[in-house]
Amino acid sequence: MSATGEQQIILEMRDITKTFPGVKALSGVTLKVRKGEVHAICGENGAGKSTLMKVLSGVHPHGTYDGDIFFEGHPCQYKSIRDSEHDGIVIIHQELALSPYLSIAENIFLGNEQATRGVINWYKTNAEASKLLTRVGLSELPDTKIVNIGVGKQQLVEIAKALSKDVKLLILDEPTAALNDEDSAHLLNLIRSLRAEGITCIIISHKLNEIAAIADSTTIIRDGMTIETLDMHGAEKVTEERIIRGMVGRSLDNRFPDHTPTVGDEVFRLVDWTVYHPQDPTRVVVDKANLTVRRGEIVGIAGLMGAGRTELAMSVFGRTWGTKISGQVFVKGQQVDTSNVTNAIKAGLAYASEDRKRFGLNLIDDIKHNNTSAALGKISRRGVVDQAEEYRIAEEYRRKLNTKTPTVDAVVGKLSGGNQQKVVLSKWMFTDPDVLILDEPTRGIDVGAKYEIYTHINALADAGKGVLVISSELPELIGLCDRIYALSQGRITGEVPRAEATQEHLMHFMTKEKEVAGR
Amino acid sequence: MTQVTPTGPQAPDAADAVAAATGKTDIAQAVPAKKTNLREYGIVGALIAIVILFQLLTGGKLLMPDNVASLFQQNAYVMILAIGMVMVIIAGHIDLSVGSIVAFIGGVLAIAMMNWHLPWIVAVLVGVALGLVIGAWQGFWVAYVGVPAFIVTLAGMLIFRGLAILIVGETIAGLPEGFVGISNAGLLGMLGFAGAADVLTLVIGIAGIVAFVFSQLRTRATMRSHNLKVEPGSMFLTKLVGVSLLLAVFTWILSQSAIGTPYVLILVAVLIFAYGFLMGRTVFGRHVYAIGGNVHAAVLSGVNVKTMNFRIFINMGLLASLAAVVTTSRAGAALAAAGNNYELDAIAACFIGGTAVTGGVGKVSGVIVGALIMGVLNMGLSIIGTNPALQNVIKGLVLLIAVAFDLINKRRAAGA
Repeated sequence: MSATGEQQIILEMRDITKTFPGVKALSGVTLKVRKGEVHAICGENGAGKSTLMKVLSGVHPHGTYDGDIFFEGHPCQYKSIRDSEHDGIVIIHQELALSPYLSIAENIFLGNEQATRGVINWYKTNAEASKLLTRVGLSELPDTKIVNIGVGKQQLVEIAKALSKDVKLLILDEPTAALNDEDSAHLLNLIRSLRAEGITCIIISHKLNEIAAIADSTTIIRDGMTIETLDMHGAEKVTEERIIRGMVGRSLDNRFPDHTPTVGDEVFRLVDWTVYHPQDPTRVVVDKANLTVRRGEIVGIAGLMGAGRTELAMSVFGRTWGTKISGQVFVKGQQVDTSNVTNAIKAGLAYASEDRKRFGLNLIDDIKHNNTSAALGKISRRGVVDQAEEYRIAEEYRRKLNTKTPTVDAVVGKLSGGNQQKVVLSKWMFTDPDVLILDEPTRGIDVGAKYEIYTHINALADAGKGVLVISSELPELIGLCDRIYALSQGRITGEVPRAEATQEHLMHFMTKEKEVAGR
Repeated sequence: MTQVTPTGPQAPDAADAVAAATGKTDIAQAVPAKKTNLREYGIVGALIAIVILFQLLTGGKLLMPDNVASLFQQNAYVMILAIGMVMVIIAGHIDLSVGSIVAFIGGVLAIAMMNWHLPWIVAVLVGVALGLVIGAWQGFWVAYVGVPAFIVTLAGMLIFRGLAILIVGETIAGLPEGFVGISNAGLLGMLGFAGAADVLTLVIGIAGIVAFVFSQLRTRATMRSHNLKVEPGSMFLTKLVGVSLLLAVFTWILSQSAIGTPYVLILVAVLIFAYGFLMGRTVFGRHVYAIGGNVHAAVLSGVNVKTMNFRIFINMGLLASLAAVVTTSRAGAALAAAGNNYELDAIAACFIGGTAVTGGVGKVSGVIVGALIMGVLNMGLSIIGTNPALQNVIKGLVLLIAVAFDLINKRRAAGA
């Protein structure tokens, strides 16, 4: 606990109620944040966390909600983000808001330019930016363009930008969702050192292990209501299970459904699969990968960021990534042509992308059209779509996967992450593939919906399909898969059956370097 | 996490517990769908309001039978081009060249008839073939080379205008009567007259009303049989009666005109139905929307985006050639300056008709209404003798307000 004293409350939100047409997003939420602490907010998707933060930061202006906000003892009536930032409240959104072709320094001082009478003082801009970058531990030159640094470093630039505004309360919305372990660890350390400087942090996260590691208190929100606030340093140790219990309103003892696999013949085999980088054809991204999947089997691919997991999957699926691709693909023992997506689908492959919004769904179209979009041929005759059949199929999948929507006419972009993922699954299940490649099937969806997705993945395996799951979350792979391949720098470095799979064991293979020196 | 609706915990056995919460969600999600409907009705309402306004301003001249007939004859080109343009825009492109293509093909049509002495029907076929070739040319650059359509068609705008001036000079006049009839005559008197009314026009009108009512009832019955939500009965009935009445009035007026049912109206009607079907009911149409909605997802769903883009531009070329036939026929001559700003008329009709600037959204029926709004504005303003310069100002403002209205509506529907 910080030394500033436990009683000093920097922020209090009292009885916040926010109603959208037809929906009560928040009802009587109360939040108390002590000065100098890291305060985590947990809750499932749609629980109201982001809405609460939008109320606090003035995105939803004063007057559009009921209730009171006190910051440093004063009542606040923010009309816009500008007002809340003036008081030292800065929010960093999940989707970063940096301008890609401007430099780090320009981004840090965007809207707050270091200028005299409208003329920018570049020396000052870069010097100040350098100081801030040192503070956040980012060793990049201030004139580096944002597009040229990774997402982990971009996150640090966002924090530097917040620091430039003399932040007192920093709000981070899912700060590590897109980061690899190393970047995440760095970010968490940075939050710790900000806390030491006396900056209060609110962190919204799905990653409960991080919350357990860093938070001083945790407030749990469910269905737009505050459920409880846990003191993380109290007598009772707050475990991940304890937090989950609060989030879902019950104990989720088993995060993975029980499943006994019935494994059959080999259904998928990859032989000497090699892929080069499309922009840099001298760089091997997937290096002579060999792997097999049998019917009824769920096989995982583990690997750190940049190991080539997605690149492997997309190069197999219609060569949608990479160049100079070589190797063979066998489905049910027959070598198949997967040189374009149509052929890959015909050969019995399906690929659900890790980024469902960018690569998986037409967000402005409705559920039924998305459901059939990869297999329109199955419901059309001479090029004419049978719309009644399309409805029937969409309804069938809605029921089968328990997709929460009033109608299959609903626009996919309006669904929650978990329900969108169900539409993606429906879409690929409808193509009736032999092999499903699921890339990060539970990314960004909440605990309850994850459980459902796991159930469906098990059901697909039980229906005799081969399932290949790519995931950054090792517990997920260990809990779900019958066998796990570890990928490191494009090479398959290990194959671990479920019984032997531990995080340490997998990590050993995942970090195995290439023997050849120098790269 | 941007979700504003509490979908609640989604663990299987907690599902029942949140039935109440999801019940609320239903309302929130049903709203946008209803809004879309209202928007479609809204634009038809705007058309009717504009018609009534100009009917009053022109002292009843706007809806005089001959004016109604020439409304279609003068604006057929916008509707034809807008049908192709909406597909181009839905797929996320734009076509700036169609006006120049109209002039160029118009010139070729005239030369085919006047210099090569081809029968006009053969000349039309030559024009259509040329349209397909031009479409393929532009489609090649867009689809297979990957040059943005804006650039390809900007180049096309210059190229084909230049070619038109080269081959036409200024004017080629004296085109054969049969050809000129396409845009200036109609199916008059084939079944005799009932008083002053052309019987064939009445028959076509009544057939149209019956077909409309029948198809609406059938769709509703199919939806019902699949347990799908349908519009409330009263709303449905209002729609049936309203549209039927409008069609009846329109038929009655048109039957009094000096030419009966204009040929171009038949052409346009066939195109509306064919393309409405193509976009709404076929795999091809679905793929156009898929490309515009999310091109990455379309690629990963097995849509051959290159082939689709190529075909979309060939189709645009085809429709541009039909617009060239209609325009050249209407003028009775090929003009090097023909088709000036036609691309802008077509694009404006698309956006007034609810097509999304970002692609993925748009309807053939919508852009036809959009084209009619532009057409009525043109005609009404001409009848009351508005300065042509001022007409441009007014049309520009209408376009701006229509799209702004659309955006504000969407923002409200998004519920922020």
